[in-house]
Amino acid sequence: MASQITADKPVDKPRLEMRGIFKRFGATVALKDVNFAVKPGEVHALVGENGAGKTTLMKILTGVSKPDKGKMLLDGLPYQPRNPLDARLKGIGMIYQELSLVPHLTVEENMLLGMEPVRFGFVRWEEMRNRVQEALQHLNHPQLKPHIRIKDLPVSLQQLVEIGRSLVIGCEVLIFDEPTSSLSRHDIDRLFKIIAEFKNKNLSIVYISHFLEEVQLISDRVTVLRDGSVVSTQELRSTQTTEIVRMMVGREIKDLYPRTPRKIGSPVLEIQNLAGLEKPENAIFVLRRGEVMGISGLIGAGRTEMLRAIFGLDPVRQGQIKIGIHLGPSSPAKRWLQGVGMLSENRSEGLAANLNLADNMTLSKLRGFGPLNLVLPRNQGAVVQKWIDLLDIRCLSPAQDVAELSGGNQQKVAIARLLQHGVDIMLLDEPTRGIDVAAKAKIYEVIDAFASGSAGEGRAPGAVLVISSYLPELIGICNTIAVMFRGRLSAVKSVEEIDEHKLMMAATGQETLK
Amino acid sequence: MMALPKKRAISFEKRWSWLNKFGPLLALFLVFFFFAAFNSKIASFNALEIMVLQTVIVGVAAIGMTLVIISAGIDLSAGSIIALSSVVTALLMKDFALDPLVAALGGIAAGLICGLLNGLLITRLRLVPFIVTLGTLLVVRGVAKGLARSIPINAGQTWLSGLLALLPPDRKWMLIPPGAWLMVLLAIIVAGFLRYTKLGRHIFAVGSNEDTARLCGVAVERVKVFVYAAAGTFAGLSGLMLMSYQEQGDPTGAVGLELEIIAAVVIGGGSLSGGEGSILGSLVGAMIMTVIRTGCQLNGWPTWVTQAVTGIVIIVALAVDQLRHSKID
Repeated sequence: MASQITADKPVDKPRLEMRGIFKRFGATVALKDVNFAVKPGEVHALVGENGAGKTTLMKILTGVSKPDKGKMLLDGLPYQPRNPLDARLKGIGMIYQELSLVPHLTVEENMLLGMEPVRFGFVRWEEMRNRVQEALQHLNHPQLKPHIRIKDLPVSLQQLVEIGRSLVIGCEVLIFDEPTSSLSRHDIDRLFKIIAEFKNKNLSIVYISHFLEEVQLISDRVTVLRDGSVVSTQELRSTQTTEIVRMMVGREIKDLYPRTPRKIGSPVLEIQNLAGLEKPENAIFVLRRGEVMGISGLIGAGRTEMLRAIFGLDPVRQGQIKIGIHLGPSSPAKRWLQGVGMLSENRSEGLAANLNLADNMTLSKLRGFGPLNLVLPRNQGAVVQKWIDLLDIRCLSPAQDVAELSGGNQQKVAIARLLQHGVDIMLLDEPTRGIDVAAKAKIYEVIDAFASGSAGEGRAPGAVLVISSYLPELIGICNTIAVMFRGRLSAVKSVEEIDEHKLMMAATGQETLK
Repeated sequence: MMALPKKRAISFEKRWSWLNKFGPLLALFLVFFFFAAFNSKIASFNALEIMVLQTVIVGVAAIGMTLVIISAGIDLSAGSIIALSSVVTALLMKDFALDPLVAALGGIAAGLICGLLNGLLITRLRLVPFIVTLGTLLVVRGVAKGLARSIPINAGQTWLSGLLALLPPDRKWMLIPPGAWLMVLLAIIVAGFLRYTKLGRHIFAVGSNEDTARLCGVAVERVKVFVYAAAGTFAGLSGLMLMSYQEQGDPTGAVGLELEIIAAVVIGGGSLSGGEGSILGSLVGAMIMTVIRTGCQLNGWPTWVTQAVTGIVIIVALAVDQLRHSKID
């Protein structure tokens, strides 16, 4: 491969270079003297906690915002994108975490949106088709046809279309922002294969992710950002994951998964042959006080549907749900009264972005904030402030809108709602997805304290049912784990009998959990 | 490193929240002084009283509309409900010879029933509020015309007529007509209700994010029925004011008034996507439109100028609102 590279393009010369980038928003310094370079045929990981400056750096790179100081070079020439389309045309394409496709248009139309090849005002359909065909060949997926509408495709394939958009225009630098956070294991493997192929074709890849195992797996180099500055850029071969984590948080997190001794008590949630409209089918388990039970499985296996059915958000087709003395399906309002709280996998459901922190945190129980059941903001704020301090939520005040908080802090608000409500049973759906390491650690701490009964004075140990696609986390925090595969829930196993390999085999249906 | 910027950020935030609260009020003064500069008559006691008087009909209905808009809904039937209520009140007095108070309650009840109907159609049939209230706009207007046989019903002089009329000389101490005082009182009660009660907060939650509200156990459907019923009731009361003002029940009155009511709420900071709005803001919004109309009249400017200026003010209010929201970026 090296032989194909001509003399004017030596291997080590970066394709893209950002030098001494500064950026501030109001009084906040977002980026401070950042240097960042990507070589041809390289996968360069960019990691850092939420708020470290990754997004801002990429916004500058793709022409969304302009740097206050510093310059950028593309193939050795000055590069100043005017807007994202301009950046794309100049060869820098970004695949966003939140996909930016038009659901009612076809694959082909989406891939060429905004850059339809035109001659004398007429769209040149032939050329369009050829270009799309070529890009689709690169992506190599049988289900991906030019005339399918985006809304009829699963998320994993929509992402491929997004990648295709950048290929069609001939981008040489591709930026992936958390591409795997909503993908199943199988789709992740396929994505990694595609990325490896791009690498062979000498494209440059910037890979942003919270999943350090993935970073370790596919990247050549890693750049760690913290508080708007580059901590280090290193070859990944010589770097340990723990070393990366240390650089990200600026300290060592020794005990990511704390385990205060938990005393398993009486059953609080008993599920008998539970079936939803489609999924789950016939789920059976018992959850006890002091227990953290994990539900593993692929996305779409029916885990979320089961949790929602228990909480009364999704219909129950048959089966029995027994919570304490309460029997049968119910509504979310009743569940809260029965001492059950749920954390949605979807933060746009879990929190009302335009409501302030205090209202979000206390929405499920607006009582006890004044005489005559009045809700006095001052009392409400005082209660909320206690949780802000306890969970280390970074915010200006309880009256701040949650939309202005970072993802990790928003998630802390969502989980504080359950604590403030004083629930006995927590139903948690992907509680740490897409949030930074420090916030994750805090949430693990909360779960552990809740289950072990060390959360507050005289509190009985609670019970937790948690869904996660992240295996080390499940094994780290749970006492027991069950796996869901295509709507069927396995037997519940003690965490000591299980390892990642067994979970994976069960989640992909190759072996049942025994 | 973050200590200093954080402190500054707070004051920045405070400055904006101050503008959020008093922005519409500021706009009201600007508009007022603009017209006062042309013609000082607008600042006379008499003109002020007339302007308050003319704001009441839109203002009372805007209190209810604010609740609906905060909950991310819309009520297009308000104008028709106002007409129906005025007709029902006049009919009860004229044809049934009922006591004015009972007749007034009948008119308000008619509004409540229409509002309940809106709320139930929206929640039970899961229809879009825009469509449902577009339908009831026609239905209610039709019923009003049917009841009145399409002609205004003269209810005669009762104490109701004094509710919304210029004050007689011996009662000038009241400053503004009793109907206006009623509006102010209701505005204070509803503003307090929105801010300090569970149901009030639930209305904001439903409008801000219905899914979150449902997840948190808020009875979303019940909240919606409540806001439309409340909007109907306030429109009914507004119809009573119309009857008092015109001394007749007018089945063809208040046509298109819902748009003015919605405009008042939006000028006052209400967001059609829900979760935002304030009672004080909506009343100020209604006042702004009256000031523009009166100002133009006093200067002898034609009606089309009034309409154009009102339109411009609505757009400017929305633009300022947009700017305020993009401050985070």
